[in-house]
Amino acid sequence: MPSTDEIPAASLTGVLKRFGEQVALDHLTLGIRAGEVTALLGPNGAGKSTTISLLLGLIPPEAGEVRVLGERAGERAVRRRTGVMLQRAALPDTLRVGELLRLVRGYYPSPRPLVEVAELAGIAAQLRTPYGALSGGQQRRVQFALAICGNPQLLFLDEPTTGLDVEARESLWAVVRELTARGCAILLTTHHLEEAEALAQRVAVIVRGRVVSEGTVDEIRSTGVRRRIRCVSELGLEEVRTWPGVTGVTRDARWLDIESSAAEPVVLRLLAADPALSELEVRRTGLAEAFVRLTREAA
Amino acid sequence: MNSSIAASRATREPAAVAAAVRGVRIFLLEAHTEFLRLVRAPSFSVPTIAFPLLFYVMFGVLLGPAHPLPESARSALASFLVLGTIAAGLFALGVTLATDRGRGLLELKRALPMPRGTYLAAKMAMAMVFAAVMSLLLMVFAAVAAGVVLTLMRWSLMLMLAVLGVIPFCAIGLLVGSVCKDTAAPAVLNLIYLPMSFLSGLWVPLPLLPRPLAQLAPLWPSWHLAQIAQSGIAVHVLVLAGMAAGCFMAARRALARPR
Repeated sequence: MPSTDEIPAASLTGVLKRFGEQVALDHLTLGIRAGEVTALLGPNGAGKSTTISLLLGLIPPEAGEVRVLGERAGERAVRRRTGVMLQRAALPDTLRVGELLRLVRGYYPSPRPLVEVAELAGIAAQLRTPYGALSGGQQRRVQFALAICGNPQLLFLDEPTTGLDVEARESLWAVVRELTARGCAILLTTHHLEEAEALAQRVAVIVRGRVVSEGTVDEIRSTGVRRRIRCVSELGLEEVRTWPGVTGVTRDARWLDIESSAAEPVVLRLLAADPALSELEVRRTGLAEAFVRLTREAA
Repeated sequence: MNSSIAASRATREPAAVAAAVRGVRIFLLEAHTEFLRLVRAPSFSVPTIAFPLLFYVMFGVLLGPAHPLPESARSALASFLVLGTIAAGLFALGVTLATDRGRGLLELKRALPMPRGTYLAAKMAMAMVFAAVMSLLLMVFAAVAAGVVLTLMRWSLMLMLAVLGVIPFCAIGLLVGSVCKDTAAPAVLNLIYLPMSFLSGLWVPLPLLPRPLAQLAPLWPSWHLAQIAQSGIAVHVLVLAGMAAGCFMAARRALARPR
């Protein structure tokens, strides 16, 4: 089935958006595919929320094109196939959880059963509780329930797990995986890189309104530095820094931290140079390090 | 050929009917939710339902003449009915819209597949419902406690006046709600509601106000609604329709502007 995979569920092409003098999106191009979680990463003010607003049709682009599910963003036909969890949307405090769910389900042509949605979001026991009486984490779960209740083909999750405990986060992740398995396209913005690592098939890093890096989690992770070697050793920083393959060395009390593009030759040389060396550990750098490096380089 | 046209019409019509039924269902759901929200907010239900009744008892019954002429009892009823109508229109739209804008709910609603217009239509419908409830309670009280006697036709006209008269004040509420911050909106609405109703002669008769202030009365929509309530003159309807249209258009512009 190559054809459906080739056509993105949603895309921005060369989109320019300014707020006054400030450029929010600088000819940004991005695609979101069906059956995948695309994580949008970037420092605060990079343009993540603006990107979501454009895809939802809440604001128009100044230049470029925004297409969602084959139509113009914001069309009602599109909205009926879209679910959304915004970062900042306080629901009315006096309405009960069940009333909110019934209302939002009512907007969609073929919603999921109310009880099923409540179970999935972990709010089945709170259906009769007023929204204002819920904890922050529970309110976030209600917002998630509203986002998935319409059986969406495209789902926007803007910082979905802020304020959730580990258990609630894991169950939200499980629902996200179930939705992608059904073919749903998901755009996720998050500050928690381990969330992107756990959920996303694709990652786009945006800085100052431009995509500076895009690819699978592995591809992003493997740009530049690949290994971090840590050990207890007396070796001098200056000496190690001159070795081939070493890109950086720091000392933290007894610990020596070495950044390297290839671990094996450096480890061999370390063991030869310092027979007293102990506590050796080698690990692949994570998405977090790659993210920090990418945003630093782009800034 | 006729049969094929009939067939295509037959398939098209149920689709259109189904879409209309869906639209009505969403509107009813939205209106019901808005009703629950308003009825659970004392800051709305007290000024709209309780205040006109309370004021009518205080000013129209207790402070009024011991044996009021039928004319003055009727006139007090009309004044406080207009007062409650103004509150229903101003607060049902103004406060909730400013809150929804300020707290991001309006943005979420625009992203959800709710038909455009349902949001405001539901709010206006609920302002009408609250105006109707307020006026029915007031009329029952007037008939039972104050002994106001009117023809069935006059009672029904008063109910209609409240239900339709709420529209221009919905428009003002809409305008305030689309330009004011959520924290400022209740204060701004009260600053409009109280002086405007006072200057329109709803609290004390206009002849008792200083002359220059009394002469400004035609500026206030509440004065025009009170004139309709007292004597029912078509020109006031036109003035109110014009004011409502102006506010609706100004609010539309304000809401369309990106934040």
